Amino acid sequence: MSVAHPVAHAHDPYRLGHGGGHGSEAQGHGEGGPPSKRIIVGYGFWIFLLSDIIMFSAFFASYAVLAGATAGGPGGKQLFDIGNVGIETGFLLVSSFTCGVASIGAAARKFWLFQIGMAVTFVLGACFLGLEIKEFAGLAAQGDGPQRSAFLSAFFSLVGCHGLHVTAGLMWLLTMMAQVLAKGFRADIMRRILCFSLFWHALDIIWVAVFTVVYLLGVVR
Amino acid sequence: MLLGKLTLAALPLDQPIPMIASCVVALVGASVVALVFIKGWAPYLWKEWITSVDHKRIGVMYTILALVMLLRGFSDAIMMRSQQALALHSGGYLPPEHYDQVFSAHGTIMIFFVAMPFIIGLMNFVVPLQLGVRDVAFPTLNSVGFWLTATGALLVNMSLVLGEFQRTGWLPYPPLSELRYSPGVGVDYWLWALTISGVGTLVSGINLVTTILKVRAPGMSYLRMPMFCWTSLASNLLIVAAFPILTATSAMLLLDRYLGFHFFTNEGGGNVMMFMNLIWAWGHPEVYILILPAFGIFSEVISTFSGKPLFGYRSMVMATMAICLLAFMVWLHHFFTMGAGADVNAFFGITTMIIAVPTGVKVFNWLFTLYGGTVRFTTPILWSIGFMVTFIIGGMTGVLLAVPPADFVLHNSLFLVAHFHNVIIGGTLFGLFAGYTFWFPKAFGFKLHEGLGKAAFWCWFVGFYLAFMPLYVLGFMGMTRRMQSYDVPEWRPWLLLAAAGAAVIFVGIVLQIVQLVVSIRNREFLRDGTGDPWDGRSLEWATASPPPVFNFAVLPDVSGEEAYWSIKERARASHRLSDEPDYQDIEMPKNNPTGVICAFFATVMGFALIWHIWWMAILGLVGAFATFVVFAWQDITEEEIPAEEVARLDRANRASRRARLAELEAATVQR
Amino acid sequence: MSELSRDGLDDQQAEGDQHDIAPGDEQLDGSGVLEGVRGYLIGLALAMGLTLCSFILPATGLIYGPAIPVALIVFAIAQMGVHLVFFIHITTGPDNTNNVLALAFGVLIVLLVIGGSLWIMANLNHNMTPMNQVMSMQR
Repeated sequence: MSVAHPVAHAHDPYRLGHGGGHGSEAQGHGEGGPPSKRIIVGYGFWIFLLSDIIMFSAFFASYAVLAGATAGGPGGKQLFDIGNVGIETGFLLVSSFTCGVASIGAAARKFWLFQIGMAVTFVLGACFLGLEIKEFAGLAAQGDGPQRSAFLSAFFSLVGCHGLHVTAGLMWLLTMMAQVLAKGFRADIMRRILCFSLFWHALDIIWVAVFTVVYLLGVVR
Repeated sequence: MLLGKLTLAALPLDQPIPMIASCVVALVGASVVALVFIKGWAPYLWKEWITSVDHKRIGVMYTILALVMLLRGFSDAIMMRSQQALALHSGGYLPPEHYDQVFSAHGTIMIFFVAMPFIIGLMNFVVPLQLGVRDVAFPTLNSVGFWLTATGALLVNMSLVLGEFQRTGWLPYPPLSELRYSPGVGVDYWLWALTISGVGTLVSGINLVTTILKVRAPGMSYLRMPMFCWTSLASNLLIVAAFPILTATSAMLLLDRYLGFHFFTNEGGGNVMMFMNLIWAWGHPEVYILILPAFGIFSEVISTFSGKPLFGYRSMVMATMAICLLAFMVWLHHFFTMGAGADVNAFFGITTMIIAVPTGVKVFNWLFTLYGGTVRFTTPILWSIGFMVTFIIGGMTGVLLAVPPADFVLHNSLFLVAHFHNVIIGGTLFGLFAGYTFWFPKAFGFKLHEGLGKAAFWCWFVGFYLAFMPLYVLGFMGMTRRMQSYDVPEWRPWLLLAAAGAAVIFVGIVLQIVQLVVSIRNREFLRDGTGDPWDGRSLEWATASPPPVFNFAVLPDVSGEEAYWSIKERARASHRLSDEPDYQDIEMPKNNPTGVICAFFATVMGFALIWHIWWMAILGLVGAFATFVVFAWQDITEEEIPAEEVARLDRANRASRRARLAELEAATVQR
Repeated sequence: MSELSRDGLDDQQAEGDQHDIAPGDEQLDGSGVLEGVRGYLIGLALAMGLTLCSFILPATGLIYGPAIPVALIVFAIAQMGVHLVFFIHITTGPDNTNNVLALAFGVLIVLLVIGGSLWIMANLNHNMTPMNQVMSMQR
């Protein structure tokens, strides 16, 4: 048998294509047993990110619904400083790039490439956060804090939730730099770096939605 | 203020009923702890259970949590039934502010701390075994998830002793739940308990989705997975998609209450309907999170005890996944009457009715599985047949409620209460009890007493009809839900009947406790040596009972649907077991206390936030973060089980299976 | 680096790794550092371009006024796509099937939650009795 169909057997060790009619090339995904830990961890974190994005979607939905509910107070047009948002966006976008460079450094086991990439990412992320805090503090100081109106409540919650994620990301980033310094590019640390870079890129994707829906559309409206 | 809002006034010294209840709970708790320490069980419990990352142990702990909380939730139910039986033209024995807490706590506890942990417990225990693997994808996170759920349960129970629980119903609808109308700590207890346990549920959902999609035995393709794995997948996908919405909604209400935001307030442009909208965008998928795994359990039980493969396996998979998607398109039917127009109501009414189609497919598949089978009427199959009869009634009243004009008549009445108890008890709870009886021998190595199990089933079954059919009638008679007292004498007889039904269910619960005690005492008599007490068809029966920590000495090689059945067929055809495999060392994750320590800090933080003790909240947050960093700094997280040990355990199991095979063959020859 | 850390330098490849890859995994073959950086650079350039379009184009008057919100949303979706492809390395290859399916499920739920909420809430607001009418009824 195996002599007759050596090739077929090699491609189909569990005879998925025969008899049972399970048909098709139901690719990988368990047919050969559990995959390596890196794939499992990466996938699990991917699922977490999707759940996180769904959480953001609830905040986006309430922002979209409450955007007009200014209760006589100022709206986005009067409050938003688009130039500031542009700079914030630039910081975050470049930090996504440097984060990518750092993960290439990790994949190639280049210690300094990784550490410098991460350090630059941290600085850019911290600058973003600084600008955001400045914006929030300015709004609160002129009496347009989240207690002013439902619109501002939704605005502060949505943008603040993203900011909290960035803060958590920065703490995680420092932990990863320290771990690589202390333990090197060990397999479990590499898995965490993979998750961190996914997290950081996902935050950037959410920011794209934030600056479009909240700031740009808010000013156009 | 060092202790925030917490003063001695928080103790219910002036209210006898909560005072006595909390004293009893405290006494029982203290005596259990004392017993554990006096008997010297503490080190064993700590090492083998509390810090365990074994999915089987965590599954068992989830189930124990659920059963304990079932007693708490059921005592609330008894109080409500007796109050309404007494309260014609009078105040009954529960003052309104206490009665309101009782029905709020009943709903919260039954959904979040009975049904959810029970289901997650069974999924945790069974899914990796059915998939033929050694553990879930993330064992430590699994433990974190369990302990966070336990934290939520602890906080809810704490409200019995300190302060109060919410009086808003099981969901804190604003504006009633806003600070202005609920200034006490009740709503805060709900919000923090649910936020913390919601994180735990989300974690376990991510874990099980990843496990089912990525961690399976060789050859276990999607369409070879047992039905329970499919329904668990659908249920956990819904957890991953729905629970973040609950977290976000609770966060918004928390911001309103703590920081003066205006999401759902009457002032400042807030919109209460946004809360209804978001909470039900979580709440409706939650219904399917609860029912889908029960469908899976019935599929396993019915096919096993009919001695037949599940009829229409593929249509069952399709139906499950269809329900999984449709679950997210029907949420408005929970507030048809709150002002949506005809077009929106029609859309959501129709999508709701469409869900009846895949559900009907399932019912017919179960019937055709039973048809022509040699059905063994054990306790699990009784629960399954009881479910089919009951659930069809509940489903049909559900379709009735899905018609918006009918809903305008029936909403907020006892008809609705009867409907959702009809599907949650008749569907989810019956399924959980079927699964509990079915997999108990797998978890502990001995069966539960059959006679007592059947008696408990009949009490639950009859008690259910007595308790809830009158509520349908009362709904038609115009009685609304959540009434502390009433002045309509015509309602009285039906409420007395419902109270009698609750009493019959109470007998059922007592019988279940007795069954557990009797079975433990007679365990040697009820012992199952082979690991396959029911002549099962899926892989969990291919290993010993209770399974060794590594589940399978070698990962099974799956070559078709009903993986274990084909292994047995082969053994029967060739008159011998498959060849002894080549045993190797097995790496398993080491037990660690990350989960329980994390939950400890979460409890501290939750308690501090409820009572506005800010320094303690910060302490809890920092502690939880530190726990994670310490965990991340560990170097050795796995331990190795040597091949000899694996071989010893597996040979013992093979010997008993060989004996069983010989027994079967001898029986065939005689015939 | 200590001896210990050298041990577990790489994750062991498993049988199930065929046709399967973690989301966002770098695939460096040999000395692909520059290759990898180039991929990120292309992504950065595209994302920057789209961001600039979003921020500047509406102000230039090149876009028909009422179409500006639509244009902004198109730019945003395009930029999210760029991020997914160049930064998270999502492809249509068979090894990515599971990742893409999970993403599709997530996107579907996000659309349902946001779209459903907007539709329902707009409908509720539309059907609400206007405030001045309520006042006159109370009077």
